[in-house]
Amino acid sequence: MFGFDHQTPAPPGAQLPPLPEPLSLAPATEGDQKANRMSIVLFSGTVDKLLAASILATGAAAMGMEVDLFLTTWGIVAFRKDDYKTNTRVSRDYEDYGPVMAERMHAKHAPTWMENLLGAREIGDVKIAACSMTMELFGLTLTDLEPIVDEITGVASFVERARESQISLFI
Amino acid sequence: MSATFDLAIDKEIDARGSFCPGPLMELIRGMKTLPVGGVLAVLSSDPGSAKDIPAWIAKAGHEYLGAFPEQGYTRFVARKAR
Repeated sequence: MFGFDHQTPAPPGAQLPPLPEPLSLAPATEGDQKANRMSIVLFSGTVDKLLAASILATGAAAMGMEVDLFLTTWGIVAFRKDDYKTNTRVSRDYEDYGPVMAERMHAKHAPTWMENLLGAREIGDVKIAACSMTMELFGLTLTDLEPIVDEITGVASFVERARESQISLFI
Repeated sequence: MSATFDLAIDKEIDARGSFCPGPLMELIRGMKTLPVGGVLAVLSSDPGSAKDIPAWIAKAGHEYLGAFPEQGYTRFVARKAR
């Protein structure tokens, strides 16, 4: 009626429906003090990116920051029980480096991404949550995932915390 | 030439060959096991840790006693202050 079908334009002078009340955009906490926290959205499930995410989480935990890790999409696939034991996936564009990278890490006794995360939890406050929507899509429950995953949350919960974190990353 | 002979080290952790964030993690774990006043040394050959270790010691409020270069590695020494 008001031009959404792109064929009948709204007549001149027509009254448009009122816009809904805008949501408050003010931050939840007083003043501009952000929380000493790093929020990471872990969308990827390739070993290269999991490693990068785990090292960032470890660095943050080492420096006394809280860490929120929000797993979604391939991040959840990578945290299915025992998946990390056989996951050798590397980003497509650099997949030719995959075997070399795996071999180098093994030769230098580099800790795996799962080992890094366990270490990070040992020395700091690292919370790992799984995205409810992805869990639904894949038909998974919390017990299908590695025990390191603490809970299932929705995106709004993540956003409410991430908006106060000093560092937010998408990996 | 090492100048650590006069420093009484309570615990020394050899993190040579492991790389960032390995040596820093070893330092943090080692500090946890010491009483206040204890002196911890971490041996590291990783360049990233050379920056991370003093930064963490400052952040955690411990006393940084120095970085002593050896052949192919560095000995980082700190006293647990709290």
